[in-house]
Amino acid sequence: MAIGTDAVQFDMVERLEPGGLRTDLKLIADLVEPGSRVLDIGCGDGALLAYLAAEKAVDARGMELSQQGVNACVRNGLSVIQGDADNDLTAYPAGAFDYVILSQTLQATRRPRAVLADLARIGRRAIVSIPNFGFWRVRLGLLAGGRMPKSALLDHSWYDTPNIHLCTLSDFLSLAAELGLEIERAQMLDRTGRPYHFAADSRRANWLAEQAVFLLRRSIG
Amino acid sequence: MSPDEDLSAGIATSGPGKLLAVTTPLILESGSVLAAYQIGYQTYGTLNADKSNAILVCHALTGDQYAADTHPITGKPGWWSSLVGPGQVIDTDRYFVICSNVLGGCLGTSGPAEIDPATGEPWGLGFPVITIGDMVEAQVRLLDALGIDQLFCAIGGSMGGMQVLQWAAAHPERVFAAVPLATAPRHSAQNIAFHEVGRQAIMADPDWCDGDYITQGKRPRRGLAVARMAAHITYLSEPALHRKFGRNLQDRPRFTYGFEADFQVESYLRHQGNSFVDRFDANAYLYITRACDYFDLAAEHGGSLAEAFRGTEARYCVISFTSDWLYPTAAAREIVHALNAAAANVSFVEIETDAGHDAFLLNQPEFFRTLNGFLDGCAKHRGLSWR
Repeated sequence: MAIGTDAVQFDMVERLEPGGLRTDLKLIADLVEPGSRVLDIGCGDGALLAYLAAEKAVDARGMELSQQGVNACVRNGLSVIQGDADNDLTAYPAGAFDYVILSQTLQATRRPRAVLADLARIGRRAIVSIPNFGFWRVRLGLLAGGRMPKSALLDHSWYDTPNIHLCTLSDFLSLAAELGLEIERAQMLDRTGRPYHFAADSRRANWLAEQAVFLLRRSIG
Repeated sequence: MSPDEDLSAGIATSGPGKLLAVTTPLILESGSVLAAYQIGYQTYGTLNADKSNAILVCHALTGDQYAADTHPITGKPGWWSSLVGPGQVIDTDRYFVICSNVLGGCLGTSGPAEIDPATGEPWGLGFPVITIGDMVEAQVRLLDALGIDQLFCAIGGSMGGMQVLQWAAAHPERVFAAVPLATAPRHSAQNIAFHEVGRQAIMADPDWCDGDYITQGKRPRRGLAVARMAAHITYLSEPALHRKFGRNLQDRPRFTYGFEADFQVESYLRHQGNSFVDRFDANAYLYITRACDYFDLAAEHGGSLAEAFRGTEARYCVISFTSDWLYPTAAAREIVHALNAAAANVSFVEIETDAGHDAFLLNQPEFFRTLNGFLDGCAKHRGLSWR
């Protein structure tokens, strides 16, 4: 369960680039080398896949939980399967893709550790974006309000949120290290996808960034 | 020039349908040899100059080659005429569509009801047992005769889907795109069990005459009808049956307290059974159900389904239907996972419907739109232009 349109509720406030692509997706697209093989997990209506196929001649594949999303993709000639990160990644062989993309979805998986390990196994590189539960408003919400935090990015009540495995940037970095993943690039963002210029492992980032995009790969040796 | 005019000798038009006589022996999976055989087939549309626009439609268990034109026995429209035709999803203004009667069938292609050239008598149970693989090999001969090296697409539902999978596994270089619908990579124990009920119904009919009914001037109508009735239930879903019939009574205000068809659903099934026997041969039913039972694509590849698709370059679109309990989505997902393991280019959609297994034969807008998008995308990659 858990991957798909629901998880997108956690997404940033929507902002479009001149090309019509959402700002966060454009940022991810910029990390992808032209002509590569890409698997986009939780690809929604296929906007990123279509962009990558058209603009970067990428061999673009997708996975999406919602039937409407999958059908929209396939209708548009994209190669997309109905499935989710928890159940449908294990079949892929190691190194099947140059990039595996998991955007704003890790927190909605049942086994994020296994999913992250699978991403790094089947992709030579993984691009993962996550909301930061260490963001100061979230911390303050719990500290001062005494209730589970709700915000523009966290607009579900605790009892119906699809986001069952939230983490802070520090949590994510330590899991990546535990799995032997090297962070090649990290980009901190505000809620609209505007970049911040501080290091991912800084205290500032964990307080101030609302979300982040990571380019990861298995450490050599 | 029509695609048939430039064919080598051996292709003739017999009655309403086309026939290909093959004189090269076919070595069957069982080890038996079919010295000579014929293939009944239909084509729709025009083959383009570089022969790149051919779509092979593989029919299901009791289907036939009349996918898009009037059936010669029933006079009804083709079984897939909602999908295949000018301006339809499988657009015969754009594609050259081929549909052939399967080996072991009973509408032109060699099968137990046809005459064994060696004896001049109907084959009956003397016809060798055939497999899905054998059916596909016969289709390969037909494509050879039509001069088509690579299909743009092989598509089919149910047993037709098994043929599509077999095509992709056995002849990967001859399939640009493959669309297995409402199908499975193997026949399950439950599938085999239902087929066995059908076969036993036929063989229990005294008019079956140990398979020799044609020479004895009889037909096991009751047995075949019961087989069809039982099978027909598996093609539908409980909600669809309830929606169509509920517990409604058939032209009567109350129970008769007897064994007439009191309920509409009984009357419907009896009708399905009775009309089926007019167009289908009982022995062909035995042979074709057997071919399905023997189908297990993974077993043929050392137990690994992914191995069957290793190195495949075809583009796949796997489609299942939510209420299909005969070939459920779990079976489709097995195919998808194997294709993923083979790093194949695959799309997979589960269509929501209460129509059961038969959904692939019906006009399901979401199914049609998805298939249309897939074929369009493939046509672009194949460089097919509109005519």
